[in-house]
Amino acid sequence: MNSFSTISELVSMAKENHSDISEIVLSSEAQRMQKDKEEIFNTMSHRLTVMRNSVEKGRKNYNYSISKMVGTNASSFDSFISKNTYLGGMVEKAICYALSVSEVNACMGLVVACPTAGSCGILPGAVLSVSEEMNLPDEKIVLSMFTAAGIGMVIGNNATLAGAVGGCQAECGSASAMAAAAVLELMGGGPDQVGHAVALALKNCLGLVCDPVAGLVEVPCVKRNAFGAVHALVAAELALAGIESVIPPDEVILASYEIGRLMPKSLKETSEAGLAKTPTGKKIESMMNS
Amino acid sequence: MESVFDIIGPIMIGPSSSHTAGALKLANMARAILGDTPTEVKVNLYGSFAKTYKGHGSDRAIAAGFLGFSTEDERIPEAISIAAKKGVKINFVPSNKPVDHPNTLEFEMVDKSGLKIIVQGISIGGGNVIIKKIDNYEVNLTGNYEALIVGHKDYPGIIAKITQVISSKNINIAYMYVSRLERGKDAMMTIETDDYISTDIYSTLSSLPDLNLVKIIHRL
Ligand code: SF4
Repeated sequence: MNSFSTISELVSMAKENHSDISEIVLSSEAQRMQKDKEEIFNTMSHRLTVMRNSVEKGRKNYNYSISKMVGTNASSFDSFISKNTYLGGMVEKAICYALSVSEVNACMGLVVACPTAGSCGILPGAVLSVSEEMNLPDEKIVLSMFTAAGIGMVIGNNATLAGAVGGCQAECGSASAMAAAAVLELMGGGPDQVGHAVALALKNCLGLVCDPVAGLVEVPCVKRNAFGAVHALVAAELALAGIESVIPPDEVILASYEIGRLMPKSLKETSEAGLAKTPTGKKIESMMNS
Repeated sequence: MESVFDIIGPIMIGPSSSHTAGALKLANMARAILGDTPTEVKVNLYGSFAKTYKGHGSDRAIAAGFLGFSTEDERIPEAISIAAKKGVKINFVPSNKPVDHPNTLEFEMVDKSGLKIIVQGISIGGGNVIIKKIDNYEVNLTGNYEALIVGHKDYPGIIAKITQVISSKNINIAYMYVSRLERGKDAMMTIETDDYISTDIYSTLSSLPDLNLVKIIHRL
């Protein structure tokens, strides 16, 4: 067993091994860390527990963040979908769970960064909604998180996961791509389709800027997590249906890196332009500094 | 990105890995350098910390760091009042003085014996931090390793003597950094090691002359 540095390597290793991508990522982690697979699996499993706790906490949270910009969106949405349904269970749960985790983060609660704190709601939102609706055992969810992590490692090593370097495509874009891969595996798709799901999800986030109001991980971040989770579901189902990305995933990752480098610094976490400098954004910023 | 748990992780109190978790870690390391919980701290906040510390809860995280809480501790939001109850006085001072790194913090700490130490550090993203300065000495401490800080007189052979003591304990040195103010005067060595450093190194090192400070900073 050896390591991987691109999505195409990951896909071909899984195919040669007649396994899912999760198995490749888990085995190579065990080898790299010189630990047994069970221990690595349990560490990931603990992260799933923390994610679930964040979901439960967030959907019942009625307090605002320090800035008062966010905090109660998840609980409002949760009570709305208990009485109404428009988009359907899987999508609505994904929205609700992603908002929950993201608002727990904004309100100084306990979360698992995934890949960052700002984008921490996307993966749990997507995988927990899908696994609940499909009645999947925890073992499968934990495995799918390895697939997501493998994708995140490739993006981190060939591009970036930091909003300050690549804009929000690096954070929420990567999180969506990771979640799409995990969901696809949960839905029973194969390694090739995982690659396409990643490419589809990331392509549609290209150019996404990072312009948070008052420099805080709240606006637009919290609601973007909800969109990001649904985005992942769309990418996964497209790929599962056999729809392919014309541009292969590794090339999309490099394109996102190039776009991130071309993006002006004012739109990469510095809050010097965009939403942060709208009249309302500026008003909130000066309130926070007073 | 070496591990899947760098991607799905860390487990942390939000909202920001650099401004919350990173700020806590810097305060935690500063406390270890002081050797005790400070009774009084002036926290100078620079760059983006000066602008966003309230909204990111950096002030609460810093208080939590001085109390020795971990980045997963759910008491972090209440850390300022917990610190006040324990008699730790913390004063937050945002500053617009230009700094090299946009996420810089400086702690002016005093302990109950009156000892005063100033520690400066930066939060470099993803919860990773570096302590850059202890009083006037340039250092480089990441908290990712076990570390030993030794203040000593600058004269030929002293570094070898200190490293000999370390290797005699079967401790492998990963990184080492020596900084002095002036030739032949006081100097400071920071040594990051792979292996655990236990407190018996204090007594072994105390046999060496001309050391004025020895501190173990455990891995975070
Ligand atoms: S907008 Fe910026 S701070 Fe918010 S989630 Fe995206 S990258 Fe992170």
